[in-house]
Amino acid sequence: MNPVVEKVAEWRYAEKKVALATVVKVERSGPLGPGTSMAVSEDGQVAGSVSGGCVEPAVYEEAMDAIESGKPRLLTYGISDDEAFGVGLTCGGIIHIFVERVDW
Amino acid sequence: MVVSILARWHEALATQSPVAIATLVEGPRLGGKMLVTPEEHTGTVGNEDLDRAVVEAARGMLEGGRTGMTHFGPRGQRRMEDVTVFIQSFAPPPRMYVFGAIDFASAVARIGKFMGYRVIVCDARAVFATRDRFPSADEIVVAWPDEFLKTAPVDGRTVICVLTHDPKFDVPVLKAALATPAGYIGAMGSRRTHNNRTARLLEEGVTDEELERISSPIGLDIGSRTPEETAVAIAAEIITFRTGHSGGRLAERSGPIHAPEPDTATSPDARDAERGAAEAAARER
Repeated sequence: MNPVVEKVAEWRYAEKKVALATVVKVERSGPLGPGTSMAVSEDGQVAGSVSGGCVEPAVYEEAMDAIESGKPRLLTYGISDDEAFGVGLTCGGIIHIFVERVDW
Repeated sequence: MVVSILARWHEALATQSPVAIATLVEGPRLGGKMLVTPEEHTGTVGNEDLDRAVVEAARGMLEGGRTGMTHFGPRGQRRMEDVTVFIQSFAPPPRMYVFGAIDFASAVARIGKFMGYRVIVCDARAVFATRDRFPSADEIVVAWPDEFLKTAPVDGRTVICVLTHDPKFDVPVLKAALATPAGYIGAMGSRRTHNNRTARLLEEGVTDEELERISSPIGLDIGSRTPEETAVAIAAEIITFRTGHSGGRLAERSGPIHAPEPDTATSPDARDAERGAAEAAARER
């Protein structure tokens, strides 16, 4: 059983709002492959991860925002010394993460 | 509370039934979601035509347990990129068959389980094929290896490790293995065992091309001595078969670690996604 899906189901059955962040694409080097996911509940619990720890705090904020607004979004995180990206990955890869509120 | 897709996804994972989740990540209906199984589908990513294209692509990818991005036109057209759908496969764990219930098999069964395989150990000798010796195996089968393999489920993700190094068992089971679409077939033995076995397989009518499919002697050359070390060498070789990497030291090559090696054009995931879409397109034609 996928532990993240397990948690999402548990939280949803408890009538909590939940956001799911999923790695959909990895360019160059990235620690975790497509399909890796992290879930966040409206009361701030977290299950799973989407990187080696580099972008989780930023994704957490986005997830909380998605829970609030219901707006899904596709995020891109890249190399840390590139100013185009607010949060960086030390590994030099680029990861694309889709964040959505779970209301399906 | 609307949890139908989530509830069905959760249930499919709990029962280890194959299921794909498709999410529209770029395009008009951002966040559109479908659940696809080999038999049915639910949810929508926008319109009937697009849904139909996504179901086809998802089933193709699900067959191979592949995950990745696929692109379509607004009404599901191929070779258009207006819409991007992320398709995630949750296939049952791939199978690892281990033939020959020796100590090496016990270590291979353990590392197979560790890597996420459903591990099936088979030996004709009931005294060796026991739960005590293989606590981590999902199944322990007392049967003639070749007869068992002829009726056992095998697909492209399946790994077959023949560790008997007894010609009476390994020649027939390797012949049976060659008749399957298994992604990896390995056979244990010294150089001498390997040469004898190769000669016997050729006598039995196996072609040189078929012999190339067999990793023999099994495993990467890391100097393993113990059963555990040998299991690591076998596990590493199995991974290189899936990824297409050479198995050398990262310290001795340049380029991104997770990306394919320089001579490969696209990543396995990208290739998978492309193949999934191509297979689906072929089926549609």
